[in-house]
Amino acid sequence: MSTPQPPMPQAAPDRPAAPGPSFPSYASPIPVVRTHLGHAIASEWTKMKSVRSTMWTLGVFVLLVVGIGLLAGAVVAGSPSDLSGENALSLGLFGLLLGSMCIITLGVLTTASEYGTGMVRTTMTACPSRGRVLAAKAVVFFLVAFVVTLVSSSLVAVAHVALLEGNGAEDPTGGEWLKATVGISLYIALLGLLSLAVGSIVRHSAGAITLMIGAVLAPLVIALFMFAQSLAGVRQALLEYSIPNQLSVFYTQSLSESGPSGWDPLWIALGVTAVVFAGACALLEKRDV
Amino acid sequence: MIELEGLTKRYGEKVAVNNLTFAVRPGIITGFLGPNGAGKSTTMRMVLGLDRPTAGDVRIDGKHYDELKDPLKYIGALLDAKAVHGGRSAYHHLLCLAQANGIPAKRVHEVLDVVGLTAVAKKKAKGFSLGMGQRLGIAAALLGDPRILMFDEPVNGLDPEGIHWIRNLMKALAAQGRTVFVSSHLMSEMALTADHLVVIGQGRLLADTSMADFIAQNSRSYVRVRTPQREQLLDVLHEAGITVAGSGSEVLEVEGDKSERIGELAAQHRIVLHELSPQQASLEEAFMRLTAESVEYHAHGGQPAGQQGAQQEWGAEWRRG
Repeated sequence: MSTPQPPMPQAAPDRPAAPGPSFPSYASPIPVVRTHLGHAIASEWTKMKSVRSTMWTLGVFVLLVVGIGLLAGAVVAGSPSDLSGENALSLGLFGLLLGSMCIITLGVLTTASEYGTGMVRTTMTACPSRGRVLAAKAVVFFLVAFVVTLVSSSLVAVAHVALLEGNGAEDPTGGEWLKATVGISLYIALLGLLSLAVGSIVRHSAGAITLMIGAVLAPLVIALFMFAQSLAGVRQALLEYSIPNQLSVFYTQSLSESGPSGWDPLWIALGVTAVVFAGACALLEKRDV
Repeated sequence: MIELEGLTKRYGEKVAVNNLTFAVRPGIITGFLGPNGAGKSTTMRMVLGLDRPTAGDVRIDGKHYDELKDPLKYIGALLDAKAVHGGRSAYHHLLCLAQANGIPAKRVHEVLDVVGLTAVAKKKAKGFSLGMGQRLGIAAALLGDPRILMFDEPVNGLDPEGIHWIRNLMKALAAQGRTVFVSSHLMSEMALTADHLVVIGQGRLLADTSMADFIAQNSRSYVRVRTPQREQLLDVLHEAGITVAGSGSEVLEVEGDKSERIGELAAQHRIVLHELSPQQASLEEAFMRLTAESVEYHAHGGQPAGQQGAQQEWGAEWRRG
């Protein structure tokens, strides 16, 4: 323990002090630091790497993306199928589609699990600027999710191009490479960031994960059952803007000719995430912890 | 120094904390006392900026909590020992809090040593016993070596050794000139540790007094006398100038510690005494009297329903019907 420091002038109380001895205030030898976002980021990084659920979700993610990717590549390469005119990178989609569930889970857990354990009260006591806490969580999570997705998807992309050379697949252009690695990684990381914001709003891990998985799957499932002619337009929109289809746009194999194309899904994800994140920030400021 | 000014918190219709104004001063232990549901924890959460007050203001050394840039160096709090992620080790739990406040990592080892958790620093918090969890919470409170410490029911669930340790720790912290604010619902616990007392009930301030004053006012000592010659004794006492506070058919209560004098008087006048005993009203009774009207969860009667009044055989009412 630290030793008592020389007396410090005590703030004059504005009401008469009740009887009792007057003591000098205690002064700590620990230097005072003006904290900033960097401190909160260091704290959130420690939190993220010190729980096993991070390793689990990211481990399963890499396993799904790389495992399914390589499996799909090997199966197609071993079959006599002709891929002329096709993009060799597009086989990476299946693994990422499943893997995105892990990123959603990790994103939700980053915020919502603190409400489950009560840790959030400790966190907010250590850093009273609630916006800073959410921003630090967002930065740490986004970087982790982006880097892990980029490494996994790049690995799979390189493997696919090498494996499928003999099947007549076209050599991907520079733009196609960029979309299938950096583009899709940014999209997946944004999807995770959206989950993180939803987790902060819902404050319940299981609820938020269900909500996000619903958001990924529901539009496709609903569209499948829209047989009525009058709903054809809605059906088309649901199909085109469903998250699985947006993912496939990065591999230029959309379910339809209209709808999002090129880098559109990224801008859509950016817009939606920004709106939900702003909502999460506003609610966090307003609500009691 | 913690200053509350008309602090109020409403949850819908229910008023949890009602217009609280008091100050917690440095150098002493201030006990924060109230029955369950009185609003102690809500008040402490508002001090830490976790709950937003509906009205009023609370300041730490003159500042709002969210104005503190490195709050753990101003005020350390143990609110809920379970407010940790069970999958994280004690060391990492404290490290992430230290990092958020720019506290050097070596301080984490120091506080782990102070609370005696060094041996289990790398163990996951979910394996901790109640007492170990409480110690981890106290380590977190001490992390920034703060001038103000706030503990919510720190002795809950601790063994006697742990209770003794916390009492001495709080006394040592206050002796260093720090502000120590500790809540409890046990008067007896506060009587042993606190120098000053703030009592609330149903969110309202009931008392803000020094412990010495509270004891002087409330620990009434009196002498209980039982005699078959009640009238005679009353006359004798009256002649001797001793006032009788309360009396039943055979029992007299005399204020103050006058048992010897009463015994001598009775002997002189050959009055038979069946009982002559000095009594002390406990602080717990005084506290219960003070908060009697504001206890939120009353148990009804001392006996289970159906056994009140005359002793009845169990099930008699059923059989009659």
